[in-house]
Amino acid sequence: MPANEISEAEGGTGASVVVVGGGVTGLSAAWWLARSGVDVLVIEKGIVGWEASGRNGGGCSHHHSPLFAEEQRLWPLMDELLGYPTEFRPNRVRIALNEKQLTLYSRAVANARHQGFRIDEIDAKQVRELVPLAGDNVFAGHYYHFGGHANPHRTVQAFAWALQDLGGKVMQHTAVTGFVTEGGRVTAVETDRGRFGCDHLVLAAGPQTGRLAAMLGVDIPMKVARAEMIVTDALPLMPIGGVDGNGLYGRQTLRGNLAYGGGPHEWVEAEELPGRRRPTTPLMQNIGKRVAELLPLAGHVKIIRSWAGLIENTPDGRPVIDRPDGWNNLTVATLSGVGFGLSPASGHAIQQLVTDGACAFADLSTLRLGRFANLEPDWAALQGWQSMAMAS
Amino acid sequence: MTLDPRSVAGKTLTVEGHAQLLVVGAGPAGLAAAIEGARRGLSVMLVDENPVPFETMGESVPLHFGGRVGGVARNRNAMMEAMLESAPAIADAFELGIDVRLGTACWGLYVNGANLGWMPAPLAGLADEESGTHLVSFERAIVATGRRDMGLAFPGWEQPGVMGATAAVQLATRYGALEGRRAVVLGTTAEALLAALCLHERGVEIAAVIEQASAPVGPADLVAKLCEAGIELRCGEVVRAAETGLDGVRGALTRTGTLACDLIVLGIGAVPMVDLLDAAGCRLAFQPERGGFTPVLDGEGRTSVDIIQAVGDVAGIWPAKSRDAAIAEAEARHAVAAAAASLGRPGEEATPAPVPGEPAYDIGAYRKDWVRASIIEAEGEPYVCQCEEVTAREILEVRPPRYLDWQAADNRERTLAAILGEGPPNPDQVKRLTRAGMGPCQGRRCREQVQALLALQAAVPLGSVPLAGYRAPVRPLPLAAASPHAEDPAFGEQWDSWFGMPRQWVPFWDVDEEYTVASLAVEKPHASE
Repeated sequence: MPANEISEAEGGTGASVVVVGGGVTGLSAAWWLARSGVDVLVIEKGIVGWEASGRNGGGCSHHHSPLFAEEQRLWPLMDELLGYPTEFRPNRVRIALNEKQLTLYSRAVANARHQGFRIDEIDAKQVRELVPLAGDNVFAGHYYHFGGHANPHRTVQAFAWALQDLGGKVMQHTAVTGFVTEGGRVTAVETDRGRFGCDHLVLAAGPQTGRLAAMLGVDIPMKVARAEMIVTDALPLMPIGGVDGNGLYGRQTLRGNLAYGGGPHEWVEAEELPGRRRPTTPLMQNIGKRVAELLPLAGHVKIIRSWAGLIENTPDGRPVIDRPDGWNNLTVATLSGVGFGLSPASGHAIQQLVTDGACAFADLSTLRLGRFANLEPDWAALQGWQSMAMAS
Repeated sequence: MTLDPRSVAGKTLTVEGHAQLLVVGAGPAGLAAAIEGARRGLSVMLVDENPVPFETMGESVPLHFGGRVGGVARNRNAMMEAMLESAPAIADAFELGIDVRLGTACWGLYVNGANLGWMPAPLAGLADEESGTHLVSFERAIVATGRRDMGLAFPGWEQPGVMGATAAVQLATRYGALEGRRAVVLGTTAEALLAALCLHERGVEIAAVIEQASAPVGPADLVAKLCEAGIELRCGEVVRAAETGLDGVRGALTRTGTLACDLIVLGIGAVPMVDLLDAAGCRLAFQPERGGFTPVLDGEGRTSVDIIQAVGDVAGIWPAKSRDAAIAEAEARHAVAAAAASLGRPGEEATPAPVPGEPAYDIGAYRKDWVRASIIEAEGEPYVCQCEEVTAREILEVRPPRYLDWQAADNRERTLAAILGEGPPNPDQVKRLTRAGMGPCQGRRCREQVQALLALQAAVPLGSVPLAGYRAPVRPLPLAAASPHAEDPAFGEQWDSWFGMPRQWVPFWDVDEEYTVASLAVEKPHASE
């Protein structure tokens, strides 16, 4: 639908575009829409960025994605565009502690170079110069002249504030209970705080996206898993904070803390009523062990927190950003567990799908929902994506 | 049945030890619980982090020791002996065959429930200096972690000599390791008055007990005892700053002048030490008659995680209980009777313990008044969060932390209201934006102050603002020492930085048009591990 067909929603409540989901994807989409002059309302069941959007590794280096080039173009501009700090810092070092890890990590080199981005192969000594906390156990590393890291919670809040500065509205503590439809159109969103009319609906509700889309008869296959991270006390800043490897993702924050995750996830049953516990486990110890291997000179530093998040995954782990068949004014988006870093670009893509019907800067064909048309009905069981209770 | 090899399925945690009844905390309640459990025929493990290593005490863990721990605390054997002498029941526990582990911190309790099914049994994470970090399993847990003290910011409160009342009493009575001669005590709660009297008995001169309100709030007979002991009580007064020298506190500057002292003892609020319970997912509620945020308990002391029970100060602090350990002990015996019965060991019924009456004063208003008087009306801007150096103003204006040196492009103000919308103030959100409470003390010194600040700003009762959440490990654990002793090789064989899905990282130019599980039969290179 061309932008000029989007009008003010009828009545006092609602907006031209209602975005369901105040995570980083929904907020970015709403911000891009507001930048394009669209009247937009974000409906969030809790607090913005409260779930995985605000608690993740903060990485911004997704060289496999069709949104990669736009991700790389935008991140260095985000502080200025948003008007609030995201703590973005460019570049990344990935450390391999053995040959096997180096082989795995070398695939990223091929991906980046294919798209004209630079990665240097660096030896152990060069790694230790860039990463003073690294030890004698370094095998080799890669220096990415792109990507980097940002502070997830600060970024989510920056999107929300910037959206509000442009006149966009955010309703927190508001749960969606249903939709009003007319022909092939969604005309309003029902919530526990009333009905909000819309000319276009964007669903970007993380683990809730599948459940909400199903209310509109749209099948977005997904399963939810719990993943964990740890954070340590602060250490002096290294020359580069975007350091990972040894099976970990994460970074040294600008405050100096080491924040890392990785390792096994646990499949859980999707929540009927969102907002239950996100428990951590003693996996903290196994993550801690690998951080101490990655950065041996930080072995003495103390773990002061661990946390867990619920992450939705499509069957192939790739995002869905699409306008589903059968609806004239619906856009759905799940970033399938890898949404933070891509958020500047994913929001831009969603905005263009909404206002122009297609994304001009990237080919989204691999993110279409239609790729699951012939998916086995029991795909989750076939992949072993089942909760411990179901598996036993 | 297919298993996802990169998930937790098939990965076994190493568990080193088991007890039917795990008791955390060897104060009066914990000791009574452990002994009652053993008497009822249960296998019992009793852990207590005390004596805490000297270096850890220096970091004000677990209590606000405020840099006044005497050198005697460096002698680990002497500290252990002092602890055993201070509580003869510990020896009884040993004799009953209880697995007593002193100097052992419990940093996490893990029980299957919503969004967690991986635990092979209820687990506790323990850490001690000798055997490092390890896991034990249990069937029922009694948490008796006691109390700590609400912090209170004023200029100089980060200096050696400003400490919690519970910390001062513990150092003086248990270890004889309180370094200080003359104290100013803040607050007139029962716990503050008891601390003043206790320190006085132990030879610490009490320069004054200071109360911001116009009259003391604690029991009248304790106030009378204070007067009999010749201790001055000053109402309508605050400490505007600590006067300090190279060795820390040298005086307390009040509205009417300076009181010479080397200790400023914070007694404005004894706080149940709910960290372990909160991190384990036990529901908390603000219960003013129980001294603040305490676990929601049934008649047998069961928390919302029903195999975890809470007894003693962590279950609630009120004046009668602070004055008579028998109440905490009765709670413990009653809770253990229920635990034993649920484990198939019904014995004689235990008498229910007394419960608190209506509080004699509004503790929410009292704590807010102290924060208003001390922080907001203070000359100068003390850091409310010492670790991250965040002032009250920065918290209330949700300023990005100073290391960002952020100057907004214009004068747009970002108030709490703009963040919160119509929802209640949420300290966890404020924490992530300002970093208040995110430092190495894990928010033990500032948590209640931030809560009070937000309640003052929003003009709502203290209890309507939640407490910032606690997360495991509730005691800081060094990375290397936290490594598992013997990790199941399955972790290493299947470890992946993310989910290890075969198609997630395939570059977009190489993605097939359709995805089916069957299509995975064709291997494709991908960049995850």
